[in-house]
Amino acid sequence: MMPAQKVFLSGNEAVAAGVRLARPHVIAAYPITPQTTVIERLAEMVEDESLKAEYLHVESEHSALSACIGASAVGARTFTATSSQGLLYMAECLHYASGGRFPVVMMNANRSLALPWNIYGDQRDSLSLLDCGWIQVYAEDAQESLDLIIQAYAIAEHPDVLTPMMINLDGFVITHTYELVSLPSQEDVDAFLPPFLTTNKMDLDHPMSLAFTAGPAYNQAFKQLQHQAVVSASKIICEVEERFGQRFGRNYPGLLETLYCEDAEFILVTLGSVAGTVRPVVEKLRSLGERVGLVRIRYMRPFPDTEIRNALAGAKAVGVLEKDISFGYEGTVFTNVNSALMRAKVQPPRLLNFVGGLGGKDISAEDIEQLFLRLKRPDDGETVVFI
Amino acid sequence: MVKPLYLSEKKISIRELSDREFFYGHKACPGCGGSLALRLALKVFGERSYAVVPAGCMSAVGFIFPQMAFTCNAIISTFPGTASMLSGVAAGARALGIKDFHAVGFAGDGGTADIGLQALSGAIDRHDKIIYICYDNEAYMNTGVQKSGLTPIGARTTTSPAGKRLKGALTQKKPMFEIVAAHGVDYAATATVGNPLDYLRKLDHASKVDGTSYIHVFAPCPVGWGYDTADTIAVAKNAVDCGLWYLAEFSDGKFTLNHKPEEFASAENYLLGQSRFRHLGEEDVKDILAERDAKWSRILKEWSV
Repeated sequence: MMPAQKVFLSGNEAVAAGVRLARPHVIAAYPITPQTTVIERLAEMVEDESLKAEYLHVESEHSALSACIGASAVGARTFTATSSQGLLYMAECLHYASGGRFPVVMMNANRSLALPWNIYGDQRDSLSLLDCGWIQVYAEDAQESLDLIIQAYAIAEHPDVLTPMMINLDGFVITHTYELVSLPSQEDVDAFLPPFLTTNKMDLDHPMSLAFTAGPAYNQAFKQLQHQAVVSASKIICEVEERFGQRFGRNYPGLLETLYCEDAEFILVTLGSVAGTVRPVVEKLRSLGERVGLVRIRYMRPFPDTEIRNALAGAKAVGVLEKDISFGYEGTVFTNVNSALMRAKVQPPRLLNFVGGLGGKDISAEDIEQLFLRLKRPDDGETVVFI
Repeated sequence: MVKPLYLSEKKISIRELSDREFFYGHKACPGCGGSLALRLALKVFGERSYAVVPAGCMSAVGFIFPQMAFTCNAIISTFPGTASMLSGVAAGARALGIKDFHAVGFAGDGGTADIGLQALSGAIDRHDKIIYICYDNEAYMNTGVQKSGLTPIGARTTTSPAGKRLKGALTQKKPMFEIVAAHGVDYAATATVGNPLDYLRKLDHASKVDGTSYIHVFAPCPVGWGYDTADTIAVAKNAVDCGLWYLAEFSDGKFTLNHKPEEFASAENYLLGQSRFRHLGEEDVKDILAERDAKWSRILKEWSV
């Protein structure tokens, strides 16, 4: 391994640094807060030729993803980034990219959705698009953001996967927070991530029709293949992480990360930056003899259902803390966790859904302590609790 | 005086046109003007083409798995995404070092003047080296003849009915050629499938432009317009002869009219020969002719002839 450089970067800048190292051919860019500094840094890299890529100033997020799909359809490696309203504006193209099996890599800065208008972080944008066929991963800090970008191309472009990948960073909390980040060398990234080669492309020597129509007799077969590809991504993600760890010395735990779940009675399940607030609370309560634990979901798709069951099966009560609500029911993460537990052969633990952080509402360490206290209280029949 | 482009360039003759078919065996209706526009264009652009076709008639008839009608590379784009996907295809191919290719889009009137206008505007603004062809059959034909931004005033469609109170479409056709030209596009032209030599020359020119080309090809639709399927070419020619369509080019910031009828053929015959206009009364036709004449007086005053 070449010596890595230590640099002080925001989450967005770490993403841009990761993108440069991954050598995309085409970047399509349309600004939206809090994603903007990603595309600003990339524009500077293209300007100073430290990144050789076609940089398209598109006129909308729909066009950003449409252009990436077009470039991917001729075999190019592509990148775009968005957030919130922009992600919704691309919704049609999200399904298009996954259905056409174009391994576009995109960063999403998790941000609240209008109305009311709000630029701060919650995860309703990406979670409302969980069913669009993309691999969805949630970073916890700048280092993980950078590493995920590099891993994302290896995962998305894998021939068994060929599925676009969305790397989610909590708006401002991750995108704009500066941290010391280890920047891998270009040589190491090149060795880790070979150029994108695919047969799923328009080729002048072997012409193809892509993104075609498939009627009732064929359509479902394509959808089944697509489902299998995302399911099989679980294995590929672990393989890529192992290879990544060997080369760069940073090891990632697969689809989810657990802390003290082996013997924990009370566990909080969450995702994204708030895990960084939960972790020291868990350590503190542990030091006081409380058997508490943490599950940080990294990948929402493919969903780590076996891992969830393994981590939570022995708990008395589990709280799912998420910055999301499916109005009229419960949080989407909760629905997924609950569904995974329902498949367990044993009586599942009591489950509570803590909904917080909407529109950037602060979640403090004290709040987290209260959540653990709440988990210890007897069942009062409530499931969804706004914090 | 600016020399008209068509005089300064070698004309393509039918004999030189490739025997190869790049869009063939599709399910388009008999007499379809749009499919003819694609077929001729791809004969000019050839095998090193990436065809981008949005949701619409031509994608509906050409890409039904497992029967593919394109023998060159082709892809369906999202409905609004013809131009943005073209930009991506061109950028990707360029970045991969692929040379001598054409990224060419074929979108209908709704896909161009309505839902696809934003992406088209962006691509022209970037001067992306793409060729965008709008095959204009003056309504959303694939979904069953609904009014688009390029449906002419008075035309009956399923969403602009002609009844007791209303007489078909209430708005004028958007001036797409001028809208595109106003961007300072590298090359734009109008054409019809009834004037193939003119169309072929413009396609050939577009293939050599280092920037964005836009060709707006008038492509009659017997199903939506209500005329006999054998008459597509005649209807397209008549539109030019009666002055309700025109053949022109925009290049180097200047408009050039390619064809000036000595005198207009009967617009009444053109209009009333199609069932979509047959409800129009004398006054309605007079209004349409007044609008035509105003347009022509602007053309003759401002464009090179």
